[in-house]
Amino acid sequence: MAAEYQNLFTRVQVHAPSYPGIPLERGNREREGPPLHMHLLGRIGDAQIGPIYLGWFGLASLVCFLIAFEIIGLNMFASVNWDPVQFVRQLFWLALEPPPPAYGLSIPPLNEGGWWLMAGFFLTASLLLWWVRMYRRARALGMGTHVAWAFAAAIWLYLVLGFIRPLLMGSWGEAVPFGIFPHLDWTAAFSIRYGNLFYNPFHMLSIAFLYGATLLFAMHGATILAVSRFGGEREIEQIVDRGTASERAALFWRWTMGFNATMESIHRWAWWFAVLCPLTGGIGILLTGTVVDNWYLWGVKHHIAPMYPAVFQPIADPALLQGVKP
Amino acid sequence: MRPLIAKSAAGLLLLAALAGCERPPIESVQRGYRGTAMAEMYNPRILATKADINQAPESSPPIPAAPGGPTAGQAYQNVKVLADLDVANFARLMVAITSWVSPKEGCTYCHTAENFASDDKYTKIVARRMLEMTRHINSDFKTHVAETGVTCYTCHRGQPVPAQVWFAPEEQKQASRMLGNKAGQNAPAMSVKLASLPNDPFTPYLLQDHAIRVIGQSALQTGNRHTIKQTEFTYGLMTHMSDALGVNCTYCHNSRSFTAWDQSTPQRVTAWQGIRMARELNNDYLLPLTGTFPAQRLGPTGDVAKVNCATCHQGAFKPLYGAPMLKDHPELASAKPAP
Repeated sequence: MAAEYQNLFTRVQVHAPSYPGIPLERGNREREGPPLHMHLLGRIGDAQIGPIYLGWFGLASLVCFLIAFEIIGLNMFASVNWDPVQFVRQLFWLALEPPPPAYGLSIPPLNEGGWWLMAGFFLTASLLLWWVRMYRRARALGMGTHVAWAFAAAIWLYLVLGFIRPLLMGSWGEAVPFGIFPHLDWTAAFSIRYGNLFYNPFHMLSIAFLYGATLLFAMHGATILAVSRFGGEREIEQIVDRGTASERAALFWRWTMGFNATMESIHRWAWWFAVLCPLTGGIGILLTGTVVDNWYLWGVKHHIAPMYPAVFQPIADPALLQGVKP
Repeated sequence: MRPLIAKSAAGLLLLAALAGCERPPIESVQRGYRGTAMAEMYNPRILATKADINQAPESSPPIPAAPGGPTAGQAYQNVKVLADLDVANFARLMVAITSWVSPKEGCTYCHTAENFASDDKYTKIVARRMLEMTRHINSDFKTHVAETGVTCYTCHRGQPVPAQVWFAPEEQKQASRMLGNKAGQNAPAMSVKLASLPNDPFTPYLLQDHAIRVIGQSALQTGNRHTIKQTEFTYGLMTHMSDALGVNCTYCHNSRSFTAWDQSTPQRVTAWQGIRMARELNNDYLLPLTGTFPAQRLGPTGDVAKVNCATCHQGAFKPLYGAPMLKDHPELASAKPAP
């Protein structure tokens, strides 16, 4: 039975009385609602829902998020003339656009980017308030603040894209629209405008950390699952009192690639890879347009863009030729 | 029973996820140096549908002109463009134009039945200007149409109004209200192949001459102020070109550097000329005809139908796959054919 319980999608669930959490300095007042149990959730995690800690920061964050969500959603809804069918059909195409570049950093009329600025303000406020809440909850539990700082790395990239870089470029119009396909088109246009972002070394680092983080997660998850039959999923105990699960996992990686992370270090590997993805990405975005205008030419200048043999007959820019039609 | 429901649900989900995809097979043809992704992608099934609409009609060679025979200008009244053409070939061209442009409607689509010389029908005024336009293209835009040239059929394909023309879109109502401004984009528009890119990339580039080039020409920033929004407009135009010609970006560009001419294919020069050609035709030939057309032929904002790349190309890299229709109609090639 125990072996079955150790894995995802198990049929076996442990039923225990609700656990309300540790006592708080200010009492339990801010924990909302009695906990409840859901069998389906118990199949993929803990069956107990709540009590949730809302608090003033959480409440303010939720309110700010709702305001931003409503501004974006109602603008999208209005853009299809309040037609609910078209709203659903075109949802992925709809967006709230930043102001036209002509407005620079001034405050534009509501329907020409004013709503976008407001939505951006409230979304940013919501994220920052949620960050404070995350930090304070970690301290309240006597934990380290690793989760909050990892979240801060993501907020850094968000702020670079929507606030810091537009500020440096002198135009809100440089920022990203709120919308599914529109933000993807923005991303592609951004790379095209600055001569191919793939030659941006910080973009390269960001991709390496992105894929690296998923690879590490897969390796770590697989390793722990593979030794769960020896109690390997009790990682914390294995750190303090190394058992056969740890030994086998370590030996496996030394056999297959000569080196192994440890029960402690693998989590720092994973944390740094994940955190460095948005950190380096943000640096790459920040340099784009402000310092570097064409990443391909930057790559040529620094000898990271190889030249290929010519296949087509050489051509010249027709705009530079004499006597050509304008 | 439950596994069956789960399986059918999973199947439906998979179908929904793949609904936007193109059904294989995809054939790729390498054009550039290996490893540079310079390849054209073709789906034979989609290619077959395009091949159907890009078949050139039957045509016959010009009739040798009898020396000293009458010209159309001498034989008929009110012949302004083709006056120097001999009567036999004039008649041959008129028959051809009928089959190219108004096969169902016949001669009377442009001509008044009682008096062919009359200019009463607006279609005749338009047709006359279109003949001048065709000659202009064939003689002054060889950089784009080469010796293949164009005829009326290149665009019309047996229809009085070519299937692929464009009008300026109506201004979005919500744009002038309090919220819901789409800023000319963010709708699944056919003009940009259902992307959420700006859906009228034609007015700024094929009517006005806004800068298409936005990419910097130096590694470091030296004052290139082109914005992401301008880039999205350029991207929209390029998406239209790709869709109109049925080719990838790499037909003209090396995607490692879209701006670099020394890495582009020769087709990019032809396309560059094509943009100038479409712009000139819209401004010099179509815009001045706005008042000639009746209201029902005009667009939602009262503008005349205009050309873009798809008007001629209709999904083929060369209209009609390069069928040289012009060689049978040399009278459409030069402003003054040899007597």
